[in-house]
Amino acid sequence: MTTSVSAPAALASAKRRTGRGLDRGFRYLAVGSGVLIVAVLASVAVFLLIRAWPALRAGESISSEVGWIPAGSSVLSVIGPLVFGTVLAAIVALVIAVPVAVGIALFISHYAPRRIANALGYMVDLLAAIPSVVYGLWGVMVLAPMLHPIFQWMVKWLGWIPLFAGDSAGNASNPPRVLMTAALVLAVMILPIITAVCREVFLTTPPLHEEAALALGATRWEMIRMAVLPYGRSGIISAAMLGLGRALGETMAVLMVLSPGLAYSFKLLVASQQQTIAANIAAKFNDATEMGVSALIATGLALFVITMAVNMVARGIVARRKDFSGAN
Amino acid sequence: MSQRIETKDLNIYYGSFRAVADVTMSIEPRSVTALIGPSGCGKSTFLRTLNRMHEVIPGGRVEGTVAIDGVDLYGPDVDPVAVRRQVGMVFQRPNPFPTMSIAENVLAGVRLNNRRISKSDAADLVERSLRGANLWKEVKDRLDRPGSGLSGGQQQRLCIARAIAVEPQVLLMDEPCSALDPISTLAIEDLIADLKSRYTIIIVTHNMQQAARVSDRTGFFNLEEAGEPGRLVEIDDTSTIFSAPREQATEDYISGRFG
Repeated sequence: MTTSVSAPAALASAKRRTGRGLDRGFRYLAVGSGVLIVAVLASVAVFLLIRAWPALRAGESISSEVGWIPAGSSVLSVIGPLVFGTVLAAIVALVIAVPVAVGIALFISHYAPRRIANALGYMVDLLAAIPSVVYGLWGVMVLAPMLHPIFQWMVKWLGWIPLFAGDSAGNASNPPRVLMTAALVLAVMILPIITAVCREVFLTTPPLHEEAALALGATRWEMIRMAVLPYGRSGIISAAMLGLGRALGETMAVLMVLSPGLAYSFKLLVASQQQTIAANIAAKFNDATEMGVSALIATGLALFVITMAVNMVARGIVARRKDFSGAN
Repeated sequence: MSQRIETKDLNIYYGSFRAVADVTMSIEPRSVTALIGPSGCGKSTFLRTLNRMHEVIPGGRVEGTVAIDGVDLYGPDVDPVAVRRQVGMVFQRPNPFPTMSIAENVLAGVRLNNRRISKSDAADLVERSLRGANLWKEVKDRLDRPGSGLSGGQQQRLCIARAIAVEPQVLLMDEPCSALDPISTLAIEDLIADLKSRYTIIIVTHNMQQAARVSDRTGFFNLEEAGEPGRLVEIDDTSTIFSAPREQATEDYISGRFG
C-alpha cells in the first residue's frame, strides 16, 4: 500500500500502457471472432448457392443426368419430399426424446439421492460418446428386430391414425427399416444433449421459488410445475432446439437404418417412404456426376435454410415471454 | 379460524448438529408474536418447523412436538403438504413466481388445492386478497403483468396476498422487511396490525423497534457460544420484555450491549 502511494506517477503510466495494449489486442480478438463467424456463415451460404445453381437451373432435364432423381422431376420437386422426410424424422425423434429427457433431468435434479443422480448423469453423458455408426449398427441389428412385433401391434390397433397406418396388406414392414426406427435411434442420440441442458437449467432454479411453492402447500410435483418448469421453460426450448439441430443433420444412423423413398408420406411404420437430406447426400455422393453433386448441394442448401429457420423460431419463442422469464 | 400453537421440548437438527434446543412455548390465537435474537440463534430455523419447511433442507429433522389446536404437526399420519396449506409463510426476500402474472401469483396457492374456481370467483379472490395486503390500489390496472416487475415492497405485499388467499390459520413471517426500505417496511407493519384480527402471526425480526411496534408478545432466542444450540431464553408480553425482562441476557441484548 505505502509503496504505491510513494511512486504513483511512474507506476500508473507503466501499468496503463501495457494495460491498453492488452485491451486493444483483446478488442481486436473479440471483434475479429465476431466478424469471422459472419464471414464463415456467409461463405458457406455463398458456396452452397454457387454450387447448387447448375442443378437448380437445369430444371426437369436433370432427371436424365442424375440417376436418383425420378424421370420428369426437377431438383426442387425432390427437395420437397427430402425436406419433408428430414423434418418428419427429426420431429418424431424430438417428440420421443424431449419428455424422456425432461423426466431424466428432473429425476437427477429433484428426485434422486445425490449419489444415484451423479451416476445417472454420467451414464447419460456416455450416450453422447457413442459414435453414430455404432448407433446405426445397433439400430439395424438390435433395435429393429425387437421393434417389429411392437410395430405390428401398433398397425393392428392404432392403424386408424394415419401415422401408424400399415402397407397395402395392412402390415408393418419387416425388417422394420422404417422412419419410426430411425426416429427412435435419433431420439436416443439426441437424449444426452437435451438431458444435460435441462438438468443444468433445473439445478439453477432459485431455491426461493421452490420454497415459495412448497410453503403454499405444493407437493413435489406441484412445486416442479409451479417453480421449476416455468423457470426452465426457455432452457427446455433451447435444449430441444439443440437436439433438433442434431437430429436434422444426423447422417450415418439414418443411412444405415432407413430404407429410403421420396414420398410425402406420414406412414412411420412402412419402409421405402421417406428419406432425409443428410442420409441422401451420404448415400449418393460417392458415385455422383458433376451435376449429381450440384443436385446434392442444392438439397444441402435446403437443410441449411431449415436449420436456420428452426433456430430463429426457437429464439422467437424464447423472446416472446421475456418479461416472465425470471431474468428480471 | 386461528388457533393456539404449542411447542413442547422441541429440538431441531441439521443432520447430527442440534441447532435449537428444548423450545417450549405457547402462542395465543389472533396475536402477533415476535422472535428476536442474534444471528444464528435459531429463530428462523424454529419458525420453519412450524410449517414443516425445515425438513425440506437435506438432513433437517425435529424431535418434540408442535401442536396447532392440539394436533401434533409431526404426528405419524400428518401430511406436511396439508400442514403448509394451514400455515402460510412469507420469506425474507420477496419471492413472487417470476413466470406468473400478479393475479396468477395470488391464485397460485388456491389452484394447488385442485379447486376449480370460476372466473368471477377468482377475480373476487384476487381483489380481496390484494386489498387484504394493501396492494390493490397500486396494481389493479396491471393484474396481468409479471409480479417481478413490482418494487420490492410491493412484491413482498404480493407474497402476503398470495399467502392469505388460501386463508391459512397461521402466518409465519421470516424477516419480511429486512430487504425493504423504511416506507415499504411501514406499509408491511400496518398490514400486520390489520391481519392480526384474523390470523395468528409469528414474525422473526432483527429490528427490535419493529418487534416493539408490531407484536403483542416477544420471544428472545440466544446461543451461549458458536457450536452450541440456540435456546429460547424467555418469552413474555412485549412491553415486559422491553421494559423489565426477567433474564439478564435479554436485558443486555435489547439494550444493545451485545449481539
